[in-house]
Amino acid sequence: MLIINCPLCGPRDHAEFTYVGDATKNRPENSDNSNDNAWYDFVYLRDNPKGLHQELWQHSFGCRCFVKVLRNTLTHEIIATGMPKDNLILKEKGLELSV
Amino acid sequence: MAKYSIFNIIKNAFNEDKNWARAWRDPEPKKSYDVIIIGAGGHGLASAFYLAKNHGIRNIAVLEKGYLGGGNTGRNTTIVRSNYMLDENAHFYEKSLQLWEQLSSELNYNVMFSQRGVLNLAHTDSQIDAITRRGNTMRLNGIDAELLDEKQIRKLMPYLDFSNDVRFPIKGGLLQRRGGTARHDAVAWGLARAADSLGVDIIQNCEVIGFEETGNKITIVKTSRGNFNCGKVGFAVAGNTGHLASLINLKLPIESHVLQAFVSEPLKPMIDHVVTFGAGHFYISQSDKGGLVFGGDIDMYNSYAQKGNLPLIEEVVTAGLAMIPSLSRLRITRHWGGVMDMSMDGSPIIGKSPIDNLYLNCGWCYGGFKATPGSGWVFAHTIANDEPHSLNKGLNLERFKKGRMVDERGAGPFPNRH
Ligand SMILES: Cc1cc2nc3c(=O)[nH]c(=O)nc-3n(C[C@H](O)[C@H](O)[C@H](O)COP(=O)(O)OP(=O)(O)OC[C@H]3O[C@@H](n4cnc5c(N)ncnc54)[C@H](O)[C@@H]3O)c2cc1C
Repeated sequence: MLIINCPLCGPRDHAEFTYVGDATKNRPENSDNSNDNAWYDFVYLRDNPKGLHQELWQHSFGCRCFVKVLRNTLTHEIIATGMPKDNLILKEKGLELSV
Repeated sequence: MAKYSIFNIIKNAFNEDKNWARAWRDPEPKKSYDVIIIGAGGHGLASAFYLAKNHGIRNIAVLEKGYLGGGNTGRNTTIVRSNYMLDENAHFYEKSLQLWEQLSSELNYNVMFSQRGVLNLAHTDSQIDAITRRGNTMRLNGIDAELLDEKQIRKLMPYLDFSNDVRFPIKGGLLQRRGGTARHDAVAWGLARAADSLGVDIIQNCEVIGFEETGNKITIVKTSRGNFNCGKVGFAVAGNTGHLASLINLKLPIESHVLQAFVSEPLKPMIDHVVTFGAGHFYISQSDKGGLVFGGDIDMYNSYAQKGNLPLIEEVVTAGLAMIPSLSRLRITRHWGGVMDMSMDGSPIIGKSPIDNLYLNCGWCYGGFKATPGSGWVFAHTIANDEPHSLNKGLNLERFKKGRMVDERGAGPFPNRH
């Protein structure tokens, strides 16, 4: 079981959460054709890193908030959690993005 | 290389089987190869085999970071079928099934392909409608499919829960009799032996760690055993595709997720077919050694670890017990995980890439074992001719940009939902 430290509810089993996915994707500003590439990137392309991954989980069986999690995809170790707007990488000073 | 035959077996029996030659070489790598395939799973080995056999290209290396067949090929639940609905998948997987039917004799190696039939159960009226539609589509495509009612299923599979007061009563099922299972290791070993005998160098313990590019071409493949010059490069690394692609700054519509599988203690023959539950994700068959082999969903979060988590095990077993209550007293003897290359529409990507001499074979999700010979067949064609075979034209990478998804389930761009 992964233990996710929800910023509002405290440490909880991951079975209480629904996995949302990559937290680094930003929705493009508008949807005119000039932005096709940005939409392609947003909807379909993923860094899919082997190592540190910033991801969103929804606390479906708790506060229902979205929680940002910094997790290692190779070891499943959770390094930090926060609210979606938090930059967890910056918080964890000295941490390299690649493993 | 000596052909395996009854005479060979008798001859070697006289020498207490001490004189069998090794099945494939362990060659010293050359400096340069016309084609380098990365990943010696079933797909990489089949691609090398068909490149040599169908296209006459012999200067080929298959590079493997561990031992051949140690990835998903050696970790899967070995279900083989071609019960797809969309054209891009249906004809490709049917070609693959036809190749399976010939594979043992083609390779002179028994891959223990067993056409025991694959049955998908339906539990509601709408599921009956859905499997009827699927079955009709398959038959229009010339692929075998049979709709069974509850009575017929009861005869074939008396161990299923047919009581009326259950949450998900069995209403019917779709049977593909030509589907079944194969011995996963034998597939890897048979393909390795056959490719090796055509001159393909299979280089194990050789991890690809980088690339050198000139213009829009890969010129050098860097590995833990030195650098190789290359003509063309093919990726066939399943769950490691994302990582390998990141070494040449290529982003793909793929996420890596872990899928677990389970084997029970051995039993006398009980389950003669492959059966899948329609009200949850669960599939089961029985191996020749008697163990029940089963699995369910992925663990749902991105993972490169070849290990899964306990909540998912509980979920899989719950679905299994709903379908076959008599499993409740059975012990699980082994379970493990493999890293899946989950694509954004649930269908594979097999074709050209944005880099001139790089070809992609990935996005197999849960279902790439059955694709093994078909994948090798069309991937070899694509590499040799620098253009796709008619069977993998629709399974290209551009489809994501153009909005032409091949999404059997209609689940949308969520890789863990396929
Ligand atoms: C638990 C489980 C159950 C499954 N059940 C089924 C099923 O019932 N039916 C079905 O059809 N499919 C099933 N699948 C899917 C199927 O196993 C795969 O899609 C298929 O085997 C993939 O074959 P492959 O040759 O592409 O990959 P693999 O067999 O994984 O081979 C890829 C190889 O690449 C190597 N590699 C990776 N990175 C590098 C590198 N940098 N350098 C060199 N080598 C590298 C790996 O070591 C590996 O050996 C299942 C998978 C799992 C995990």
